[in-house]
Amino acid sequence: MISLTIDGKEVQVPKGTMLLEACRIAGSDIPTLCYDPDLKLAGSCRMCVVEAKGRRNLLATCVTPAENGMEIYTESSDVIEARKIILELLLSRHKLECHTCESDGDCKLQDYCYRYGVTDSRFDGEGPHFTKPDPNPFIMRDYDKCIMCTRCVRACDEITGALAINIKDRGHHAKISTAFDGDLADSTCVFCGQCIMVCPVGALTSKVSAGKGKPYQTEKVITTCTYCGTGCTLALNVKDDKVVGVTSVRDREKSPVNNGALCVKGRFGWDFINSDERLTTPLIRENGELRPASWDEALDYTASKLQAIKGQHGADSIAMFTSARVTNEENYLAQKFTRAVLGTNNVDHCARL
Amino acid sequence: MAQEYRVLLEYADKINPASAADYINVGGYKGLEKARGMERKALIEEVKKSGLRGRGGAGFNAGMKWSFVPQDAPVKYVVCNLDEGEPGTYKDRIICQKNAQALLEGMAICGAAIGSSQGYIYCRGEYPFVVDLLRRAIESAKAEGALGDFDIEVRMGAGAYVCGEETALIESIEGHRGEPRFKPPFPGVEGLWGVPTVVNNVETFACLPYILTRGAEWFAGIGAPKYPGTKIVTLTGDVVNTTWFEVPTDMTLREVIFELGGGVKNGKKFKAVQVGGTSGAFIPEANLDCPIDFDSMGNIGAALGSGAVLVLDETRDIVDVVTRISKFFEHESCGKCNPCREGTFRCREIMERINNGNGSEKDIENLQVLSKVMQKAALCGLGQAAPIPIDSTIKHFKHEYLRKLVVTSGKGGH
Ligand SMILES: Cc1cc2nc3c(=O)[nH]c(=O)nc-3n(C[C@H](O)[C@H](O)[C@H](O)COP(=O)(O)O)c2cc1C
Ligand code: SF4
Ligand code: SF4
Ligand code: SF4
Ligand code: SF4
Ligand code: FES
Repeated sequence: MISLTIDGKEVQVPKGTMLLEACRIAGSDIPTLCYDPDLKLAGSCRMCVVEAKGRRNLLATCVTPAENGMEIYTESSDVIEARKIILELLLSRHKLECHTCESDGDCKLQDYCYRYGVTDSRFDGEGPHFTKPDPNPFIMRDYDKCIMCTRCVRACDEITGALAINIKDRGHHAKISTAFDGDLADSTCVFCGQCIMVCPVGALTSKVSAGKGKPYQTEKVITTCTYCGTGCTLALNVKDDKVVGVTSVRDREKSPVNNGALCVKGRFGWDFINSDERLTTPLIRENGELRPASWDEALDYTASKLQAIKGQHGADSIAMFTSARVTNEENYLAQKFTRAVLGTNNVDHCARL
Repeated sequence: MAQEYRVLLEYADKINPASAADYINVGGYKGLEKARGMERKALIEEVKKSGLRGRGGAGFNAGMKWSFVPQDAPVKYVVCNLDEGEPGTYKDRIICQKNAQALLEGMAICGAAIGSSQGYIYCRGEYPFVVDLLRRAIESAKAEGALGDFDIEVRMGAGAYVCGEETALIESIEGHRGEPRFKPPFPGVEGLWGVPTVVNNVETFACLPYILTRGAEWFAGIGAPKYPGTKIVTLTGDVVNTTWFEVPTDMTLREVIFELGGGVKNGKKFKAVQVGGTSGAFIPEANLDCPIDFDSMGNIGAALGSGAVLVLDETRDIVDVVTRISKFFEHESCGKCNPCREGTFRCREIMERINNGNGSEKDIENLQVLSKVMQKAALCGLGQAAPIPIDSTIKHFKHEYLRKLVVTSGKGGH
């Protein structure tokens, strides 16, 4: 164990603990933009800097290990000045339109500007010039709101493994880009939306949810995705009794299977819920036309037809094809029914949707 | 009269730099032989005792750096920083072109000290002829059996200034985007391909054969006691002799410029000197009696850096010069961290505004705050040093800024 003082409070932490964690233990809240507990460290936004006695430079707490005897000040005048300037530098290249922004109320840039009273940027030169339309159906990429934290790049690489996006160009002109700056649809992107999950601002948002409710207007109902047997946890965003979006649940306790990560179906494929085309009763085809039926009628009808086919052509003329949308237990029952009741081994599965 | 003291460049133009045989004829590779006969610890101790400090800009004690390398790691690398991207600096090129074998010997000595058998030289992309020369020099040394089992490979950069920063350099050799890593971990512990790596400058390596053959005490006795040895300085700008000199580190700036350099060109008066390259401070006449060693330069708010000496005469427009420098840094920022990525961009904007006669006192104030935050909070040395030319000229040549401001109150302009 090593011991250090943070804002006058002495704390003991194991050797190798980062200052960020030590500050958390000491009860000092450190603002972070590029830090993400599930991703490799970047140490690049410099919002998390603090002052250490005897050091000329400020230290980025997310990438600096705590040392024995350190004397840390997390809100000294130099620290506040640095954070304010960083926020102003970001604002000067930002399309500031919180009133219509999908991330309004759930945005780190907004939060920290509020915390440090940054209303405007003193750097009044060239404004944002980074956005380029991307016609995909799922992800709104508005890089005029990007703060270049590279969390999306790391998530795409480290969580999804798609490596669809990276940094293009250098300096102020650096931006997040697919290979050759093409559309996401022409890249290796699988539209999982992990990039949306980790984006701390409104640069990446869901097109499917756009305009349907701000983060603070929706109730988050934690549930399990019904698309496949993996059983990912997700949060239905509900407004006026309607699902208007899906967001990640990043709490590992609540989302033990997927830690918030989802696939394109789970994240974007929820608009069928209120669709007019959705089936509400079983349908039986008669003379080429589908008519509604009760469950009892439909099940009896199916049973009698299966029996007839089996009697006439034998059990192996029947095959069971199940869906990835049902659970392992249900799939187990389906194959058991096929083998034990129908008497055939013709069982298959769509493997994925 | 101040005089050169040639050690690394004693045989400049008298031997073929690519030829190991030539080098051996004038005493070369004796240092490596001696190093190989020593215990690793004793060898590192000897280098420490010589007081040799990094010639690439940061001034870290070379032996100390080597002592941080874990002894028992199975693979380690020796990397030579020949990126030499600092405008006005060409001393590493001169060392290669005059005495390339000393660099190779120095790297092999480092290899013996840390237990590494593989070296890399990272050469700036603008020096293809140096790459060619070094490859021939390595071949010649191998043919003579001079390097033993130590192998050296030359890698080429692609023109990014930031790739001179040791961790960006490592990323570049690995084939990644040239962006600095955060430290710790330092390269000595986790460097090239994740293994312990010593990165030193060309000049640092080239000192080693002489330290080994002539002894640590001899080296420690040259020049400034805390930054001993010689330093190769490269003179550019409005000075009579725009060339290189190898000088003891206790020589003063005035001696370098007015005695070796022959003073200001065309009989003009001196205005300022920028030492250490583009990120160096501008030094006014009043500070010229400062010795060039690392610590003395630090005491006047400047840096020895790479040893580049850019002299400006009385007719030079400081604000214009600094505006151009700010464009350089805007272009060379890698874009990884906020203070530098956006800071260099805004510095350039504001400097241009002032230079075009549209600036205000508020602009100067904003530059100063921005400069302070960049120095304190940027991730790597590029962003930390980028505002120093601005900061130092506002300090020493503020009247030149004020002269260009829009006259809003009675204060600005004449
Ligand atoms: C932006 C930047 C550029 C640098 N460029 C060079 C360079 O061209 N050559 C060099 O030797 N060191 C350069 N350095 C310093 C290196 O990071 C490193 O300190 C040096 O190579 C260590 O060698 P030394 O201890 O022998 O000086 C640069 C540092 C920064 C921050
Ligand atoms: S990203 Fe944040 S700061 Fe920017 S407009 Fe949206 S809510 Fe406002
Ligand atoms: S949607 Fe998924 S695959 Fe596509 S860019 Fe984002 S993280 Fe990468
Ligand atoms: S798009 Fe979002 S996550 Fe990606 S770099 Fe920009 S702000 Fe960060
Ligand atoms: S200081 Fe500049 S060059 Fe260094 S990491 Fe930051 S952006 Fe890149
Ligand atoms: S959170 Fe530490 S540098 Fe970004």
